Amino acid sequence: MAALKYQTIDTRKGTRCRVLEGGSGAPVVFFHGAGGLLADNPFLDQLAQRYHVFAPEWPGYGESTGEELLEDMLDFALHGWDVIDALGLSRPHLVGHSMGGMIAAEMACLAPRDLDKLALVAAAGLWMDEHPIPDIFALLPFQLAELLFDDPQKGQALLTGGADLSDMEALKEFYLVSQRRLAMAGKVLFPIPNRRLSKRLYRLTAPTLILWGAADRLIVPAYAARWQALIPAARVEMVEGAAHMLPYERPEAFVRAVGGFLG
Amino acid sequence: MKFTWFNLMPWPYLPDDFRQQHRSVWVDIPNTLYDPRKGHHVYHTYLDQLEYAESLGFDGIGCNEHHQNGYGLMPSPNLIAATLSRRTSRAALCVIGNSIAGYNPPIRVAEEFAMLDVISGGRLIAGFPVGTSMDTNFCYGQIPALTRDKYREAHDMIMQAWAGEAPFAFDGKYNQLRWVNCWPKPIQKPHPPIYIPGGGSIETWDFCLDYDYNYSYLSFFGYLRGKSLLDGYWERVAKRGKDDSPYRAAFAQIICVADTDAQAEELYAEHCLYFFNRCLHIFPPFADPPGYRTMATVKYGALSQLTQARQKILENLTWKQLVEERFVIAGSPETVRQQLEECIKGLRIGHLFCLFHNGNMPDWKTRHSSKLFAEKVMPRLRDLWPEWKHDDRWWIHPMDERIRPEERRPGADKPGEEWPR
Repeated sequence: MAALKYQTIDTRKGTRCRVLEGGSGAPVVFFHGAGGLLADNPFLDQLAQRYHVFAPEWPGYGESTGEELLEDMLDFALHGWDVIDALGLSRPHLVGHSMGGMIAAEMACLAPRDLDKLALVAAAGLWMDEHPIPDIFALLPFQLAELLFDDPQKGQALLTGGADLSDMEALKEFYLVSQRRLAMAGKVLFPIPNRRLSKRLYRLTAPTLILWGAADRLIVPAYAARWQALIPAARVEMVEGAAHMLPYERPEAFVRAVGGFLG
Repeated sequence: MKFTWFNLMPWPYLPDDFRQQHRSVWVDIPNTLYDPRKGHHVYHTYLDQLEYAESLGFDGIGCNEHHQNGYGLMPSPNLIAATLSRRTSRAALCVIGNSIAGYNPPIRVAEEFAMLDVISGGRLIAGFPVGTSMDTNFCYGQIPALTRDKYREAHDMIMQAWAGEAPFAFDGKYNQLRWVNCWPKPIQKPHPPIYIPGGGSIETWDFCLDYDYNYSYLSFFGYLRGKSLLDGYWERVAKRGKDDSPYRAAFAQIICVADTDAQAEELYAEHCLYFFNRCLHIFPPFADPPGYRTMATVKYGALSQLTQARQKILENLTWKQLVEERFVIAGSPETVRQQLEECIKGLRIGHLFCLFHNGNMPDWKTRHSSKLFAEKVMPRLRDLWPEWKHDDRWWIHPMDERIRPEERRPGADKPGEEWPR
């Protein structure tokens, strides 16, 4: 099994990004969501058995820096392409989860000929008045797991990487890391995670998969139908027993669906 | 010393079980708790109190901006100041202030503040807060991590608009105006005194010192807790090579005066507890979204919201604790004088924002406390800074020949009344 390793790249704009990389085969770039990569990412390990996987961390996440250089959605989307340039990749598949899906879709609308296929997993970026998305910026720490996971107890352990949050120092560290990440995410998600991507989706030409957890309570499955309405050629797959954190909750189902689609 | 009588204008009808029934007094508090017909009386009572404060000899009367809350009913402090400008003629109108990151375009603030300064004859004190995160981010939708940058830009636009003598273009990141041309312009030159309400970030201190603005520390937790923060500020002042005039700084303090200490408790305790228990009952995440504070500041006070210790303190507060920890300065005129002298000297402040109306305090008690203070305490605290007596850099400079609108009567229909030359 291909072990994933971290490497660091510099983009032309001046950000420094940590990228989890491994495997061989067609290049797949995975963009993480607002919560960042977790301590363990088994779905990436499994994906790397078939593909050459790259999972960059957005500035403000992990050891990636340069967050002051990215302020709005255009900055984020161009940064995504800057990372791909810095990695020397040509026409990779793009896979984006949640906020990462929102940005990947934006990238694919900006440069439709520069990617192979696009997989959007519980992607943010659309808004439906009849299904308002909960305000992730107004949550107490313990509320997060309940919102994100089908099994909140298991989810809490995944989110904290097993750290004991009754320990003050661990809690403080967790809080600081989370504040830094979400400050960054707020630039494209606050106060409503809609930067008018729907106006641009007509440009999308890449074959697209919409993958959703049937139990998603953050961005409910009605949004999968909305994505499909906007991208008529897209294929939709629902995963039972998974909520918003589908890749972490059901890694094998994630890899089966994504692998089946990418070919 | 300058004393400004401040009214936060809380909603006085929050139910007894408010804390149990609702998670926050701000942002998502049900507006079914607001009754506009009662609101009519509440506004007029509060406005009357502010006008009464002028008649008692307070130097300034103050208001501020908050949104979607039962803590303070002034989404537009400029409306409040406008009504006051027509019923007063001496006191400074202290608007602390307009949360300028939320105004689009910010030239609106330059215009409205100029209007207030002109109508009042040059009595405006202009406050530019970043705004609480409840107001600026959750109610007015500004992105937390960009709020401070947008705030700075709004500040630049307003100050340039006031200073500009010819139309100019403003090419900002958040605001672009091809023609900036402020009509009217403020009376006070080069501009009304600027006050910056702040917490503890070093960035705010430097911002105040860069431009020589007043730094106003608005806390409800008293001077004992405020001391370390103000000490940090004064250290910074010294480091920057600025003089240490106490008028560079302001502090807000809840004050309750009665004939005796015991009577103060009897008269005011329940209303102060109403304020701390209900008006400050804020869902912690609303007070601290990621990005609102800089990482340096977050690291400094990282656990303030997580432990929720603050909310716990509020829940179980007693009058004894309020008084002992000096959240409230309460007692006989002599007790209040002693403690305030300690506060003023300890913090080295030249401006005191005095909070006499608290929570659901009835009008008569508010006036009683204010009057005792004005007659028996204020005169004895006036001259605490004799060496800075003539320092008026942070105070209003009204025009001498100003109109006294509260004394005018309509009906100037005689021929020969022309505009003054």
